[in-house]
Amino acid sequence: MTALLDCEHLEVRFRTEDGEVCAVNDLNLEVQPGECLGIVGESGSGKSQSVLAMLGLLAGNGTATGSVRYRGRDILNLPRKELDQLRGDRLAMVFQDALSGLTPTMRIGEQLTESLARHRGLSRAAAKAKVLEILEIVKIPAPATRYNAYPFELSGGMRQRVMIAMAMLCQPELLICDEPTTALDVTVQAQILRLLDGLKRHTGTAIILITHDLGVVAGLCDKVLIMYAGRAVETGTAHDIFNNPRHPYTVGLLRSVPSLRGDTTADLPTIPGQPPNLEVLPPGCAFAPRCGQAIAACQASAPAMLSMGSGHAAACHRIDAA
Amino acid sequence: MSAFILRRLLIAIPTILLIATASFFLMHSAPGGPFDAEADLEPEVLENIRAAYNLDKPVIEQFRIYVSNALRGDLGPSLVYKDFSVTELVAIGLPVSVKLGATAMLVALLLGGFAGIIAALRQNQFIDHAVMAMAMTGIAIPSFVIAPILALFFGLYLKLLPVAGWNDGAWQNMVLPVVALSLPQVAIIARLVRGGMLEVMRSNFVRTARAKGLPESQVVIHHVLQSALIPLVGYLGPALAGIMTGSLVIELIFNLPGVGRYFIQGALNRDYPLVMGVVIIYAAMIIVLNLLADLAYAALDPRVRRAYR
Repeated sequence: MTALLDCEHLEVRFRTEDGEVCAVNDLNLEVQPGECLGIVGESGSGKSQSVLAMLGLLAGNGTATGSVRYRGRDILNLPRKELDQLRGDRLAMVFQDALSGLTPTMRIGEQLTESLARHRGLSRAAAKAKVLEILEIVKIPAPATRYNAYPFELSGGMRQRVMIAMAMLCQPELLICDEPTTALDVTVQAQILRLLDGLKRHTGTAIILITHDLGVVAGLCDKVLIMYAGRAVETGTAHDIFNNPRHPYTVGLLRSVPSLRGDTTADLPTIPGQPPNLEVLPPGCAFAPRCGQAIAACQASAPAMLSMGSGHAAACHRIDAA
Repeated sequence: MSAFILRRLLIAIPTILLIATASFFLMHSAPGGPFDAEADLEPEVLENIRAAYNLDKPVIEQFRIYVSNALRGDLGPSLVYKDFSVTELVAIGLPVSVKLGATAMLVALLLGGFAGIIAALRQNQFIDHAVMAMAMTGIAIPSFVIAPILALFFGLYLKLLPVAGWNDGAWQNMVLPVVALSLPQVAIIARLVRGGMLEVMRSNFVRTARAKGLPESQVVIHHVLQSALIPLVGYLGPALAGIMTGSLVIELIFNLPGVGRYFIQGALNRDYPLVMGVVIIYAAMIIVLNLLADLAYAALDPRVRRAYR
């Protein structure tokens, strides 16, 4: 079976004034139709840059190498014209900050109908009808009024719904959501997640969900990929990751999730130290300086992904100790 | 929106009054008088003339008379162009100055905007560097240097265009003054537009537009241009002021019968009513044009539009 999206040895580099920085290093992932993959990591771990690279949306000083295949077709080196036929139609993206992510000078309606006109060739009236329908689905109150509103006239939650509506318009096969709920308060966050879950169930859209919130992942994702300093450190089913984490970083992340069970007065465990500077990565495992179980080998060489069967793999020299 | 316009026009009244007051007293505190150049007037004759124009009265009294006349629409007689009232002189000169200034502004906007957009779309390529190099040159060389060089080259050497004169605004006569007047503004506007474009092209909403699969031309026209032109609107006020003051010098160099010429000669001859008249007209024009710039701002940015309500 060909995967919907298949990404091999993806590497993203940025030219900066201080030299070249490698933001994503040898990333491999696969998404099947209808599946939800969660990519988890802290800021700067390369999770956003990896998906931006997949859609050819890197900033001007960034380059991506490796292969990204959509239904077997390499889209990383596709000419802009052909890529534009896929983006917004088969592959859509929801961005993190919906205020800066929507064009401030255009009405919501125009921004939404645009992609329908582009990918479906719909007339103005037909596109408007379709847009109003979608706004209804993402639970925007009074869609006909909001249709003529500017982004700054909507609340944060509504803007994010508009973002999702925009991405869903052409019923994409893959929806990439880059921290869709980070800027929102908790109740709105829950509504948005329920919305995504409903979309996944009803339309069979595959989702890549980028987040640093493991709670969000647990509720929504089938598979999880944990990233650290530009590399995948552990990947597996949500069940594997939550019940049998093998990489010390994953273990640390899970331990630092607040829980209502047990001793709620105790200090929340944290992972000591800071993520490394990508410009001066240590030669060995990037997590070694913060790892309680590091041995000499960890400082010497970067561990490769070791499979533990059924899609569960971790990149750690001490995989058996963890 | 109309309340906003009305409010701005009301504020304009004290502003113009303040400008008139300041320039009146500044001018009268300068040494010399309007009739100093007239050779060997009998003291009695001079006294009579001064009395006829109220110049023998205290300055405060003169100011009171001037303001009360001006409020009735009478800007007084010219002291040097003796057969003309100031209103008549302005009526002769203003159309020339407005035609020159408006053409220069239009050229500056179109040319500067176009150059800026092209440079931004071809960032760090040859055409970008070329446009920016020309822009730096344009900013560095003032129009009073460019004007004589243009006249010398295209007028005297190549004999393509007239060196000076208005000729009822024939295009051949307009080319050199318009070029000299607009060149510095073209340069500044090109830089502004390029900067605005580059800033906006990096923004998140442009990334969103690209993620929708829109071709780059549509991304630029629909999502980039309007936002990118906003910084330009902020500069429109100063640009208009620059063109209007620049036209004082350009009109003199190319010997054009605009208001600027009267202004300079009026100032040199201590032709008090003439200078006052021109100052007030200029102030009013700058205020109105700034208001227009603010309205353009509102047209480009929906957030501003709401704030104006």
